Amino acid sequence: MRTDPVVLTVAFGYLALLFVIAAWGDRRAEQGRSVIGSPTVYALSIAVYCTAWTFYGSVGRAAESGPSFLVIYLGPTLAMLMAPFMIRKMVRIASTQRITSIADFISARYGKSSSLGALVALIALIGITPYIALQLKAITLSHAVLVNYPDAAEFRLADESFWVDKSFWVALVLAVFIILFGTRHLDASERHEGMVAAIAFESLVKLVAFLTVGVFVVFVMFNGPFDLFSQVAESPRLVGALGLDAVPGGATGWVGTLVLAFLAFLTLPRQFQVLVVENVDERHLKRASWLFPLYLVAINLFVIPIAMAGMLLPVGNSDPDSFVLTLPLSAGLEGIPLLVFIGGLSAATGMVIVETIALSTMVSNQLVMPLLLRSKRLQLSSQGELAGWLLGIRRVAIVLILLLGYLYHALIGDSYSLVTIGLVSFAAAAQFAPALLIGMYWRGATRVGASLGLIAGFFIWVYTLLLPGFAQSGWLTPAFVEQGLWGMAWLRPYALFGLEGWDIYSHSLLWSLLANVGILVGVSLFTRQSPLEQTQAALFTNAMNPELQHTSLWRGQTTRGELQSLLSRYLGANATARILADQKSNRDNSDPAPPAMIARAEQALSGALGSASARVLINSVVRGEALDLESILSILDTTSQTLEYNRRLEQKSNELAKIGEELRAANERLRELDRLKDEFVAMVSHELRTPLTSIRAFAEILRDGKDLPEDKRIHFLEVVVLESQRLSRLIEEILDLARLESGRLTLTPQKLDLVALTQHSVDAVHRLQEDRGVTLQVDIDVDEAPVIGDPDRLEQVIINLLDNAGKFADDDDPRVRLYLTQHKQHYRLSVEDNGPGIAPVERERVFEKFHQIKRLSSSAGKAKGRPRGSGLGLPISRGIVAHLGGRLWVEDAPQLQGACLIMELPQAPE
Amino acid sequence: MNESRREARTHARLIALICLAVLFFSPPLVLIFDRPAERGLSWLPLYLFAIWLMVIGLAAWLMEHRQEDS
Repeated sequence: MRTDPVVLTVAFGYLALLFVIAAWGDRRAEQGRSVIGSPTVYALSIAVYCTAWTFYGSVGRAAESGPSFLVIYLGPTLAMLMAPFMIRKMVRIASTQRITSIADFISARYGKSSSLGALVALIALIGITPYIALQLKAITLSHAVLVNYPDAAEFRLADESFWVDKSFWVALVLAVFIILFGTRHLDASERHEGMVAAIAFESLVKLVAFLTVGVFVVFVMFNGPFDLFSQVAESPRLVGALGLDAVPGGATGWVGTLVLAFLAFLTLPRQFQVLVVENVDERHLKRASWLFPLYLVAINLFVIPIAMAGMLLPVGNSDPDSFVLTLPLSAGLEGIPLLVFIGGLSAATGMVIVETIALSTMVSNQLVMPLLLRSKRLQLSSQGELAGWLLGIRRVAIVLILLLGYLYHALIGDSYSLVTIGLVSFAAAAQFAPALLIGMYWRGATRVGASLGLIAGFFIWVYTLLLPGFAQSGWLTPAFVEQGLWGMAWLRPYALFGLEGWDIYSHSLLWSLLANVGILVGVSLFTRQSPLEQTQAALFTNAMNPELQHTSLWRGQTTRGELQSLLSRYLGANATARILADQKSNRDNSDPAPPAMIARAEQALSGALGSASARVLINSVVRGEALDLESILSILDTTSQTLEYNRRLEQKSNELAKIGEELRAANERLRELDRLKDEFVAMVSHELRTPLTSIRAFAEILRDGKDLPEDKRIHFLEVVVLESQRLSRLIEEILDLARLESGRLTLTPQKLDLVALTQHSVDAVHRLQEDRGVTLQVDIDVDEAPVIGDPDRLEQVIINLLDNAGKFADDDDPRVRLYLTQHKQHYRLSVEDNGPGIAPVERERVFEKFHQIKRLSSSAGKAKGRPRGSGLGLPISRGIVAHLGGRLWVEDAPQLQGACLIMELPQAPE
Repeated sequence: MNESRREARTHARLIALICLAVLFFSPPLVLIFDRPAERGLSWLPLYLFAIWLMVIGLAAWLMEHRQEDS
């Protein structure tokens, strides 16, 4: 089964399947039923991060340097956590500016500078080509291992002709695939739906393949993870293999690699392509920000077990990079190794496809187009359509990039292990990070600063990583690595300025980023931005501000006809008709074009050619000041100021509304108090008038009736005396109330025994109650009840409660019960009656002044000689109790079914 | 107004999570867990996977349940 024909059939069959999937994805997109419009597919397409380097190289790295391979995936996890802030902003900018690649992004940020774009494209080309070579090498190597096992996969590419090398043919097939599905649209900012669908599929294949081999190794070759790890622990050779000591550079190397992976994840051209350019919907970031890290966990889960197993078992002492293949092969299997080979193939091809599309877009838009636009010959040939040219350039670029990758693989690839090339490329891509990230948040970063920083960082990267790598391959004499350039020790590439003990990647990253960021910031502080740069800087840094989206930026003048001919030259007639479609009218071609139309034309050109070239082209047909930059800047500034003012105004008006509410409530309360005062005065006058009237009536009778019988005179005089007493009592009560309410009531609190006081009060009213026929029952549960209170006033309260209860008890068999209990740290004195009770809604109102409960048989009470109250007793009682720190309230009577008034006073401290 | 405030809250929590993740994945804490167990292997990989999954779980919770959460 491992014969060449079978393996090749399966491999190329798998590639054919990719064509089918991509074609299906593109057809669905044309029908408007996109397959990639889901956050899950988006997350899977980001997994193009896991290349053959992950698939084969992680195990190798784990075998050689312990857990350090994990850091390569922890960095992207952190970056994805920041997706809602950072990547979302990048996506927003890219979609409004029709960005086509990371080179275009950086060029657009710094004033659509074509030189900066070309610089980024060049660095990407130099830095990433080895990475493509690495993927091809992985294909060749895995194929050799698969076919030759158990013989060692010793091969020397240089000894063989290239047509024997399978990866050459794979590269060719991929070139066809990429040309078919990567250059369908001229507009590079449009999604490549079929390609993304194929990439997502490849991510699934490589995950399944890796998990399969992992499960096989752990559960079939060993009896589960415990068995495996206990065998590992017994092997002295492997103890310590999982510790930090095995990581190159130790803790410093750990942090360095973490930072490197974090930055590279954002700046690698293929990651930028799938993360930003191919993003269909900003909201997909939400799901992807945790689903993609989860994918990383899954694909790394079995790396350590496989590495440990490979080192335990005799697998022909093969390269740790191919443990994934050799382990199942050593078990005599046929199917799983083939699946692994396909998994590795999918990891490699996925990366090559996306990276090549990203690089070819950069090469055509940032390197070739600006040159073509400058050449006079092309400017003159205004008749021919250039749309075909553009696609042609991109296709040639694709083939050239793949050939370059293959060449690199064929010439230098043998001397590098997989992981080395990967990290070297990472460090190159990380050089874009300062210009990209600082440019997104700091408006002051200038084009000159960014360019110089980038150049400095790039050269340090070349000197500290690329050239020593060449030296290892024998292309250069290794002397300069050991002794430094021209024999100067402080220029040693792996120990620049004498910094030793660091791993080479952290070392290179430190110096290159230090120079890059330092020069970017330093130079920016001392250079000026051109007006276009200022505008772009403002648009980039304020990208999340929703008010900036619809500002029309164009002021210059051109005619419809000129615009149309420009567009059709570069984009073709169909695309031009689509762009200008909604402007369709029977106007003349010599009419001036509206600003919105010019803006749309520039956007369309940007999507196809990159922002720098689009700007050059638009300027070639627009007369006068194409862009009124001054006014745009002032719009941007006023917009942000207006937003700030609006926010403050909103805050103020909220505060005002709140104050208004409070004032209204206070006014309401005052009105209520006023009404209560009026009522009170009316009540008092009424209550005072009643006894006064009868006193006056009887006094007049006595004055006029000289011949009244003696007994009648005595009776009348008694009435006058009683009424006077009632009057003075009433006045006394009113005075009490007034004192209570004004807070001038003078109490003389002292420690007293509530039991004794209650007994005393009961004795005082006992006779009176008996006279009225009321049965009084007294239950005192406590021996003594020390409270703080004014004895006279408290007695007044108790008598008042008993008096009230007597008044409202049942007419026929009036019964009142008083009981005193302890409740936690309080004493409760309750007085209940067997009267009709008080409805729940009335319970608080009985404490209002002059409130008198209407009895159903109001005459009955009076008939029994039980007088009405003044309606002041309970309010006064409550006031007194409250002054003493207690409470007074109404409940249902527990025993006698009537009302129950409860007075609660706190226990006096010991 | 309410919507943006909720968003700001989610963002604040997310920032806290990022800080936490950075802290857990960096040397001082990583060094603590870089100890051999009884049988000789370091705890570090197990610790990393556990923290990794925890961070992802928290992120998933933050991202997917922001509507119900006030």
